[in-house]
Amino acid sequence: MRKIKHGRLAGGCSDACCLKVKDLSVRLAGEQILDGVSFHLHCGEIVALIGPNGAGKSSLLRSILGQLPCSGGSISFSPAGGPAIRLSDPTHTFPEERPLVGYVPQSPSFDRGDPLSVLDFFTAATSRWPVFLPIPKRYRKRAQACLARVHGEDLLDKPMGALSGGQLQRVLLALALEPVPHILLLDEPLSGVDVEGEHQLLDMLDELRTQYDLSIFLTTHDFATLEHFADKVVLLNKRVLCSGTPAQVLSSPEFVSTFHLRMGKGDEA
Amino acid sequence: MMQLWYAMVDLLPFEWAQPGSMLFMKNALLAVLVISPLFGLLSTMVVHSRMSFFSDALGHSAFTGMAIGALFGLNDPTWASVLFSVFFAVLFNVVRRRAALTSDTVIGVFASTAMALGIFLSTLGGASFTKFNRLLIGDILSVEPGKIGILALILLGVAALWLVCFDRLMLSAVHPALAASRGVQVFWQETVFSVAIAVVVTLSMTWVGLLVINSLLVLPAAAGRNMARSMAQYHLFSVAGAAVAGIAGLMTSYHLGSSAGASITLYLALFFALSFLFGKKS
Repeated sequence: MRKIKHGRLAGGCSDACCLKVKDLSVRLAGEQILDGVSFHLHCGEIVALIGPNGAGKSSLLRSILGQLPCSGGSISFSPAGGPAIRLSDPTHTFPEERPLVGYVPQSPSFDRGDPLSVLDFFTAATSRWPVFLPIPKRYRKRAQACLARVHGEDLLDKPMGALSGGQLQRVLLALALEPVPHILLLDEPLSGVDVEGEHQLLDMLDELRTQYDLSIFLTTHDFATLEHFADKVVLLNKRVLCSGTPAQVLSSPEFVSTFHLRMGKGDEA
Repeated sequence: MMQLWYAMVDLLPFEWAQPGSMLFMKNALLAVLVISPLFGLLSTMVVHSRMSFFSDALGHSAFTGMAIGALFGLNDPTWASVLFSVFFAVLFNVVRRRAALTSDTVIGVFASTAMALGIFLSTLGGASFTKFNRLLIGDILSVEPGKIGILALILLGVAALWLVCFDRLMLSAVHPALAASRGVQVFWQETVFSVAIAVVVTLSMTWVGLLVINSLLVLPAAAGRNMARSMAQYHLFSVAGAAVAGIAGLMTSYHLGSSAGASITLYLALFFALSFLFGKKS
């Protein structure tokens, strides 16, 4: 699948570094959700976040989105050559200074009968046009162009509820890419997607990463494909247990004791 | 304004449309033409964001407001009732956000408390409940031009809210975190929408009747949903269906002497049944 690995994985942090999470702690209703989480996410890099259920993966994404207040530490973003912007406290920065964060949520549920077409959904999220009125051509064209980025032009008039798991992920991805963000967050993009859809989606992320120099951060339970697409893997269970290349993390004792699985190479002996 | 309306209705070929007669019927027709699109519009979001139980609870709280207003000896307790149900709607949204309970449990708690409080206050000291019966059944024939004016302003207000906020309301209902990631203030959207329902339900309760008012908030869009493939179609079917059922229900109630609110609801139920049988097959 992957041909080149774009991100630099060497220790330390070069100037190209984009997102820095440092000692991040989050408490929700008196419970410690995240505890001293630190990692870096570089431009053009795909980082996979793995961990058991309840490890705080979704909470970490929501903290980066600024939707959860953090009780300690910081999240900051350094654009290439520019000064760092703190993200952890949304009141400290003006919205226009904040980097654009694209977000693909964990498969939202649409009923089959929902009278909501992909075009309605797209236009509602990306424009001021009230979608209960017939949608003008110019919005239609724009939605079509955005869907073309994920090879989904033909989905425009389908009801949201009739999309397959893979198609829904592509529509949500197209939405997260409009406008093209600095950082792309995906929550379990591979769950509910069949093998073919999974390959298509991963190839697409790889394409986008090189095309837009995006930082991509995604949570996943699919360990088998990690080595094919991820530059780096972070193993989380309230704190970072282990991070590094897929091969390093999959063969680490922390991975084995968390999932009771042996995935790493060199364990066969 | 009303003279113009009467002059227009006088042209209709109905026995009650004779010039100078049956003004109450002409008032009622105008009221129905204002109320039904109003409910048709709100209905789309009530059904889309699965709030039909919530709107039912708001009706109960409006009744409590009426009882509180009557207790304080207000001649027209409607405005006290509006204030109370708006308070209830906001409080509900705050509790729903804080509580680790599912929405339907929170609504159940609120609805039963509001209903009990309303009955408690209205029967205090052995007072008779019968004066509240008209709220339960509703009487559209008693609507006055001034009230129709207020309802028309509310309709304009809701239409404006829809033009400005509909996209954000809809996204908040579809996926709150996704909406928030695109800059939508989900809590405020939900609150504004709840308050709109609270105001509309409370102001129209006297004419439509508490017992059937929620069906007007559920049935038009439930039927529209069976047929529509896009948001525009959904709104068209819901608003048009509500308007047709409203007029047909009023005519039926005139000829048969039945409650207008109940007659309208039955036409909406028929609309739903037809849409279910002949609507889109998914």
